[in-house]
Amino acid sequence: MLNNISFGQYYPSNSIIHRLDARFKLIITLGLIVIAFVATNFVSIGIVAVLVLVMMFVSQVPIKMYLKTFKSIWFFIVLTAVLNIFFIQGKTPLVSFWNIKIYSEGIEKAVFIAIRIFLLLIISSALTFTTTPTSLTDAIESLLKPLSKIGVNTHTFAMMMTIALRFIPTLIEETDKIMNAQKARGASMDEGSLIKKVKSVIPILIPLLASSIRRAYELADAMECRCYHGGEGRTRLNVMKSSVKDYIALVLFFVLIAVVVVCNIMF
Amino acid sequence: MAIIKTENLNYVYSAKTPFEMAALKNINIEIEKGDFVGIIGHTGSGKSTLVQNLNGLVKPTSGKIYFEGKDIWEDEKKIKDLRFKVGLVFQYPEYQLFDTTVESDIAFGPRNMGLSEHEIKQRVETAAFYVGLSDELLQKSPFDLSGGQKRRAALAGVLAMQPEVLILDEPTAGLDPIGRDTVLDRISKFRKESGTTVLLVSHSMEDVAKVADKVLVMNGGEAVMFDTVDKVYSHGEELHEMGLNIPHITKVIIGLRKKGFDLPKNIYTVDKAYKAVLDLFKKEGKIC
Ligand SMILES: Nc1ncnc2c1ncn2[C@@H]1O[C@H](COP(=O)(O)OP(=O)(O)OP(=O)(O)O)[C@@H](O)[C@H]1O
Ligand SMILES: [Mg+2]
Repeated sequence: MLNNISFGQYYPSNSIIHRLDARFKLIITLGLIVIAFVATNFVSIGIVAVLVLVMMFVSQVPIKMYLKTFKSIWFFIVLTAVLNIFFIQGKTPLVSFWNIKIYSEGIEKAVFIAIRIFLLLIISSALTFTTTPTSLTDAIESLLKPLSKIGVNTHTFAMMMTIALRFIPTLIEETDKIMNAQKARGASMDEGSLIKKVKSVIPILIPLLASSIRRAYELADAMECRCYHGGEGRTRLNVMKSSVKDYIALVLFFVLIAVVVVCNIMF
Repeated sequence: MAIIKTENLNYVYSAKTPFEMAALKNINIEIEKGDFVGIIGHTGSGKSTLVQNLNGLVKPTSGKIYFEGKDIWEDEKKIKDLRFKVGLVFQYPEYQLFDTTVESDIAFGPRNMGLSEHEIKQRVETAAFYVGLSDELLQKSPFDLSGGQKRRAALAGVLAMQPEVLILDEPTAGLDPIGRDTVLDRISKFRKESGTTVLLVSHSMEDVAKVADKVLVMNGGEAVMFDTVDKVYSHGEELHEMGLNIPHITKVIIGLRKKGFDLPKNIYTVDKAYKAVLDLFKKEGKIC
């Protein structure tokens, strides 16, 4: 039942996007998100959309996986669209009844914003579908490295993030197991009044907390036993290497920025 | 009529993803009322998946499961009642303890059944007696118990529901030899006195031989053998090839048979081996 959380899950494959250097992917993703906001008219956002769709196909992740991410957010998209339709004022109303006037500008804006949210969602899930959490945190650590010069402990930060990410699937599995064990003893999870529902969480939460604390101690012990002493002088198992394809991707991305800016001005 | 029956039972984990994993393939078994069935198989052969299907915790990908002749998924709302009738003790059940005292934790199941306080108290006492938890321990917090005591508390939590079928998923894993024998003894005793049908998942063929009448052998998600202990254990060599740890004495007998000694195949206890070897010597006239 907890298995259908699709957002932010790695999908193993060997596409060109999977093989890109995580640092470049992270920068390009952040850049694409900015571009999606910079694009102010249909032509420029159309260009971004085409590129994002191509990216989606090249990633070799089934479209179904992307569609699943919309499930959790479609309500938000519809809500913003509706608000825009009703509240944007234009010159001549298309329809008007009672006090409500709908302008063509409103509809345009609604469609535009819906496209923008879709794109943002696809862009960010493309990153998490094609990059393992570990290489993502490695990329973040590597990109934040300059900050360590001014005294920010980037290694600890990255290690904390790695551990947190590492334990999400474990905790989900554990929750599943505990839920099953309590269900076997007749616990009901999703029926009854609110108070009953809250009460039914306790038999799951307490064992989960207990086991998380136990795990934390065990992990700390295990790390200390292997002489973990923070970031200084630590070498990596997987050194991040950039190659020609990463630079090509980056160049293509700059071309896209230029095209979008030009389109913004021209149309 | 069989108390539990499966029909072409299939179960697939994470279906339709790259992580797809067929854990059960076409299982057809019938378990009679009062049977004591041992379930053996190597790690990952699908034992835990099978028992979770049997008590309705997961829904089969395809196929049917019948409890007393009725399809258990016929009415999804009644699945909770089935879980009271088919009690499942999980692998490493100690992690499910949560309440303030051991006593109230054991009472969790019976309370969910909606029994009267009086009845609950009685059942908790009976269950605690069977697993050997003293009154003093019952008042402690479950987090202050030792590993073996936690295991017994969790076992009592399911016994207290007095299920018609009791399923135990490796109840002895990680216990010392004495702890293992006590748990098995308690289960045997409970079963004798209550007539409950018991399914015992175990890695130890020796343990299964001690307590079970029938054995189900799982291999790669399939039920490859299901028969009396005697018949199944006479296939010692095949079981060994499936990666099962057959009893030491069986290994000795297999070795002797290979050397040409005419010993029966179905030997899995030292007692039996002793008698068989003695018989052989008598037959060959080496002992008067
Ligand atoms: N939640 C899950 N998600 C995906 N695959 C799973 C899950 N649980 C088990 N499996 C897989 O299903 C197969 C059967 O697992 P199962 O737990 O039933 O084995 P088992 O016979 O109980 O093993 P063990 O003796 O180690 O307890 C294994 O290959 C396992 O990897
Ligand atoms: Mg198991």
